[in-house]
Amino acid sequence: MNAQLPALLIVLPLVAAPICVILRKASLVRAFAVLVSWACLAITILLLQQVLGLPDGQIEIEYTLGNWTPGETKSALHLGIELGVDRANAYILLIVAGIAAVVMPFGMGHRGLSGPEGKEHLFYAAFLLCLCGLMGIAITGDAFNVFVFLEISSLSAYALIAMGDDRRALMASYSYLIMGTVGGTFILIGIGFVYAVAGTLNMDDIRVAFSNPEVLASRTTMVAFGFLLVGSAIKLAVFPVHQWLPNAYTFAPSKVSAFLSATATKVTYYVLLRVCFGLFGAAFVFDTMHLDMLLMPVALLAMFVGSLAAINQTNIKRLLAYSSVAQIGYMVLGLSLYNELALTGGIVHLFNHAIMKCGLFLVVGCIVFRLGTTQIHEMKGLARRMPLTFAALVIGGLSIIGVPGTVGFVSKWYLVLGALEADMGWVAGLTLLSSLLAVVYIWKIIEVAMFQKPDGPVEKTDAPLTMLAPTWLLMAAAIYFGIDTEIAVGVAQDIAAGFLGGTP
Amino acid sequence: MHVPFFMAAGAGQTAALGLWHYWVVIVLMMIGLYIVIARDNLVKKVMGLNIFQVSVIMFYVAMGKVEGGSAPIFPMNGELTYSNPLPHVLMLTAIVVGIATTALALALVVRIKEEYGTVEEDDIVDLDAEAP
Repeated sequence: MNAQLPALLIVLPLVAAPICVILRKASLVRAFAVLVSWACLAITILLLQQVLGLPDGQIEIEYTLGNWTPGETKSALHLGIELGVDRANAYILLIVAGIAAVVMPFGMGHRGLSGPEGKEHLFYAAFLLCLCGLMGIAITGDAFNVFVFLEISSLSAYALIAMGDDRRALMASYSYLIMGTVGGTFILIGIGFVYAVAGTLNMDDIRVAFSNPEVLASRTTMVAFGFLLVGSAIKLAVFPVHQWLPNAYTFAPSKVSAFLSATATKVTYYVLLRVCFGLFGAAFVFDTMHLDMLLMPVALLAMFVGSLAAINQTNIKRLLAYSSVAQIGYMVLGLSLYNELALTGGIVHLFNHAIMKCGLFLVVGCIVFRLGTTQIHEMKGLARRMPLTFAALVIGGLSIIGVPGTVGFVSKWYLVLGALEADMGWVAGLTLLSSLLAVVYIWKIIEVAMFQKPDGPVEKTDAPLTMLAPTWLLMAAAIYFGIDTEIAVGVAQDIAAGFLGGTP
Repeated sequence: MHVPFFMAAGAGQTAALGLWHYWVVIVLMMIGLYIVIARDNLVKKVMGLNIFQVSVIMFYVAMGKVEGGSAPIFPMNGELTYSNPLPHVLMLTAIVVGIATTALALALVVRIKEEYGTVEEDDIVDLDAEAP
C-alpha cells in the first residue's frame, strides 16, 4: 500500500471526478469531494514522511508505472513513465493538496459559491480534475507527462473560471484558453526539441544527456530552452504575458480564484525551476543563456506594474489579481538573482503567497456572500458588519505588505538578503519600494472598510462558520509560519541548495 | 557516448532544402499564430489555434520518421529500418488534448454568443465597456 502512494495520489482525484458527475446530488457530491481532497492531503503527508525518512544518499522515491523498470543490460534509460517524489516536490504537493483540502469545504451548503445551482456536481468534478492535473505536474518525472497534466489542469481551470456568474467570466475564460493553449503548445514544442537532442523523455535521463557539453552547445538545445521558458512564463503569468490573469481571477467564482491563485501559478513556478535546474542545469541556464539578464528586469517590472495597477483598481478581486502579478514578480526575482539565499526566498514566497493570497480570496468570498459586491467603495462599514472577516482581511493584507510577524516578511527578508549577497543593493531597494506600493493598495481597502461612515445602520452579520473556518485557518497559518520560520525556511533552503547543487 | 539521433540524422542534410518538412511546420505555425493574434472573430481564433497545434503534431511526426523506414511491427520480416514510434505515439495524446481544447473553446464561444449576441471580439469589448 505504502509503495503505491505516488500513483494513488493521481488516480484518486482522477477517478473521483467522474464519480462526482454520476452521484449528481449536490449534498452527496460536496461531502464526497471534500473527503477525496482530505484523502489526497493525507497521502501527501505520508509521502512527505517517507521522503524525510529516506536513508542518506537516497533523495527520491521512484515509482515506475506499469513496472517498466530501467533496462539493466544495454542502456540504463527509463522505458516507461516514472513518478518521483523528492523533497522539493513533496513540498509542492503538500501545498497543492493542503490548499485544496482547505478550499474545498469553503462555504459548503450555501448557494452560489460552487458554480451555478444545479451544476454543483460538474463544478466539483472539474475542481478534482484540476487538482489531479496540478499534482500530476509536480509528481511526474517524465517531460511529456508534464505537458499532459498541464493541459488537464488548464482545461479544467478554463471550465471552472467560466462558471463565474458574470458574463464577462466567459470572455476571461476564453482569453485564458487562447493564451494558455499557446503557452502549453510552446512547452510541447520545447519538449520535442529536448527529445530530439536527448533521445529520452525521462527527466533524470535528460539531465544525464545534457551533462554532455557538446549537446548543450547545440542550437537545438538553446531553442528547446527558449520554447520551454516562454511556455512556462505564459502559464506562470510573468509580467509581459500576464494579461490573462487579472480577468480570469476577477470573474471566476471566489473559491476558484482562491484555489488557482494559490496552486496553478505555484506549480508552474516549480516547472520553471525544474526546467532550469533539473533539465538544463544552472551552468547552461545562467552562464550560456544568461537567463538572469532576461528575468531580472521582467521581475522588477512585474513588481511595479502589478502593484501600480492594483492601486488603480476599484474591484477588490481585480486588485488582488494584480497584486498576484506583482507577487509572481518576487518569485521570479528569487530565481533570477541566482544565489542560494534568493532562491530560498523565491521558494518560501511560493509557499507564503499560496497561504495569504488564498486566504484573501476566501475573505472576498465571504464579503461577496454577505454584501453581494466586489466594488471597494460599497464596503463601507465592513469592519463593524463583519468583524471577523475584516480581521482576516487585515492579517492577509499585512502579510502581502510584508510586515514582520507574518509570512510575507520572511520571504522578502530572504529576497533582500539574496540581492545584497549578489551585490545588488538597488534590487534590494526596489524590492522594499514595491512593498510600500502594497501598503497603498491594502490601505485603500482598509480605509473604506473601517474609517468611512456607512450610509445606513449596520447590523452585525458575519459570514457563516463554514466560510470563516477555512479563512481563519489560512490566516492562522500566515501568522504561525511568520513567527516560527524554521520549518518553511529550512525546507526551502534544502530545496534551493539541492537545485543549485545540480541534483534535481 | 550517447549520440543524439537528431544530430546524426541532420549531419548529411544541413541544406535548407533537405529540411523542407521543418519549413512546412514553421509556415503552418506562423499562419496559426497570426490568425490567433490578428483575427477578431472568436471562431476564427479557435481555427488558428488548431492550425498552430497541428503544425506541432507535424513537427513531432517528421522528427520520428526515418527515410525508407517501415512501421515497427514485430516480427520485422527482414525490414531492419523502422521509424521511431515514440514521437508518433506521443502525438496521439497531443491530438486528444487538441480536440478537448477545441471542444471547450467552441463551447465557450456558444455561451458567449448566447450572452452577448456576437462572436466579434471588438463588439464584445464595446459591450463590456458600456456595462457598469
